[in-house]
Amino acid sequence: MKHKTFFWFFLPTGLAMLLFIFLPIVSVISQSLHVPVDAVLVTVEECGPFGCKPSTTIDQEATQLLRDANPLGQWAGLEIYFDRSHLAVAEVGELWRNSESWGAFFNRLGNLPFYRAMAFTLTYTFVATPLLIIFGLMIALAVNTLSSWIKGLVIFFSLLPFIVTPLVGSLILFWMIDARGVVGSFIQWVFNDPTLSLKASTPLTWITLIVYGIWHSAPFAFVIFYAGLQTLPQDTLESAVIDGASRWQRIRYVVIPHLTPLVTFVALIQLMDNFRVFEPIVGFNAEAHATSLSWIIYNDLSGEQRLLTSAASTSVLTILCVAILLSPVLVRTWRDFNGKT
Amino acid sequence: MKHLKIALLSGVAAFALASTAYADGHACDIGEGRVSIIGNEFPAIQTLGAGAAACASDSAEVTANLTKEHKNIQVPGMTNNPAEYTVAIISNGSIAPLMTDNLIRPLDDLIAAHAPDLPNQQKITLDGKVMAVAFMANAQHMVYRSDILAEAGLEAPKSYEDVLANAKVLREKGIMENPVGGAYSAGWGIGQEFNNMFIGHGGEFFKAGTAEANINNEKGVATLEMMKALSEYMNPDFLALNNNEISAEWKAGNVAMLQMWGSRTPALLDPEGSVEGVAENTALTGPMMVGDSGTPATTLWWDGWTIASNVSDADAEASFKAMMASIDPSILEQEGVNEQAVWLIEGYEPTNLSEGVFQTIKSGATPYPTLPYIGLLHTALGAELPDFMQGKESAEQTLADVEAAYTAAAKEAGFLQ
Repeated sequence: MKHKTFFWFFLPTGLAMLLFIFLPIVSVISQSLHVPVDAVLVTVEECGPFGCKPSTTIDQEATQLLRDANPLGQWAGLEIYFDRSHLAVAEVGELWRNSESWGAFFNRLGNLPFYRAMAFTLTYTFVATPLLIIFGLMIALAVNTLSSWIKGLVIFFSLLPFIVTPLVGSLILFWMIDARGVVGSFIQWVFNDPTLSLKASTPLTWITLIVYGIWHSAPFAFVIFYAGLQTLPQDTLESAVIDGASRWQRIRYVVIPHLTPLVTFVALIQLMDNFRVFEPIVGFNAEAHATSLSWIIYNDLSGEQRLLTSAASTSVLTILCVAILLSPVLVRTWRDFNGKT
Repeated sequence: MKHLKIALLSGVAAFALASTAYADGHACDIGEGRVSIIGNEFPAIQTLGAGAAACASDSAEVTANLTKEHKNIQVPGMTNNPAEYTVAIISNGSIAPLMTDNLIRPLDDLIAAHAPDLPNQQKITLDGKVMAVAFMANAQHMVYRSDILAEAGLEAPKSYEDVLANAKVLREKGIMENPVGGAYSAGWGIGQEFNNMFIGHGGEFFKAGTAEANINNEKGVATLEMMKALSEYMNPDFLALNNNEISAEWKAGNVAMLQMWGSRTPALLDPEGSVEGVAENTALTGPMMVGDSGTPATTLWWDGWTIASNVSDADAEASFKAMMASIDPSILEQEGVNEQAVWLIEGYEPTNLSEGVFQTIKSGATPYPTLPYIGLLHTALGAELPDFMQGKESAEQTLADVEAAYTAAAKEAGFLQ
């Protein structure tokens, strides 16, 4: 393509990206570097239905003068990135000096909100993503062998978990896994332990969330792989049969290599999606046991008092983490591209 | 089906009654202007919304957005000039963010011009300026199953020490395994239970006159130990059960002693949706004492309305008139309205549903603080307490974590240097 043609072809997309991706990110970064001005506090008398008492409030006039002088807020630089709610540089340094072993260090690192969230987010991402790819492939291979009259129905039902809104799906499961719910009672019966509760223990909550994540996203992998299976080269398959390849050998040496680009695609999308895990934590009321970076942003924005700078810093950190997470795949794509030209 | 029909018909009848009441020349001429209300969603507030909406005319537009998400919408919706919402229905727990950002206006001039007789008990004044008009009171108090306690020969509890003793007996006699309930869900719920228990132990949240947290002390430790002791007698999932879910547990007959919001007791006393024998034997009593401070372990709440500062004088005036009409004493004559809440409006007749809240007011309970930084401490408590409740760390460590998390947030928000 000529450079000029490419320019005009790309211009609308480029403008949209500038407007809806680049500028918001600039705004988020700018927000993360500024904090509200210091509030001027005064003690006044407060009265209501239950009597009068002294109370502290904000001196609006004095604070407004400060706000007018600093319309963006007070410059904070990277201070918020390094405070206890985020990277906690000072706290981690102290832990490092005072911990005798690696185990003690990591154990106490989990006490800091950012690292606690990272521990669950990374575990969730790296356990759920490969498993959902494997399950998706297995379902696709199984459905592909069905006779055509039942295929449509099976595909529809296999897709249901993906169609259900994540929040609604997790809310329904929240009651099913209750100690008195269908699934909860069944698990108690299987393990013969009437006090077993999935919601009361941290490891079991993590497992529940990961199983939910796989259940929800495996249909996505399934649909992609199923589409890929329709383009399988029949000649190669037939010659493999003639050469005496077993079903497993055909899958291993013909089907999987054919689907590799799709596996990369599903892995890319699901790594990003799973890193932003959020709805199941809210739906399962699981914040006592598991938090994620997205949940921290939500918590900062939905508290009684909004913490915009804190939410912005966590957003920037999320973007950086996703970039790091995807870098191996992106580097590979870049190499492939260079190799071809 | 028959029930549904009756419910529908009575709803229509109530609506017809309500509309005739307003049509009957009940003073509701608000002149010209725009009235737009944001608020929580429960029956008493819906009554206000309907009352204000009845004031709409060709020259005055009245809309109401009553939603559980009100706290997340109200600040952004009142920040622009002119503001999307002219009225916010708030409580003493949610007024602070509006005050912090200077989003609500003093009402003294409007009261002088249009409602000179407004009783003082409804005025929320700060530094001599009326910032909100209260219309109802609310509080968390004890609810218990009279039949279960009687079966074990126990008295209604008066303190959390009684609750623990009763729970022990109920478990030992095999009557109920987990008889204690509470909205201990991680987040706002458990933070609120800490606030109650800390006040009950005579604690002060902040060092006097500053925004410095003051909870990492003996009172804080005693608070956490009592919460932990109670949780031993709760459903093991207690950190995942909020007000809605624990109410469902109550109606299923799985709980015998529960601290619950007064505004939610009508639902607990309603046989509809309850296991047989639960609603009939649900009894209300005041708040629990704890330790020897003499202050009950609960907080008093008021619900009220405020007017946005970023709206024109005409809109503010129309909004004020519409809201005054919506809390006119005549609304109590409408079917069922008197029972909806503990109204602070003149002419309100207390009912058996309001017993718990009245006992709380009489018991000398303290109001939930309206300090601008209390919300940050509440959020920090909600995020850090689950570690202690799960036995992962000591009370002192958890309280130190809460103070550290609060300090980071308060520094960011400009309350601490």
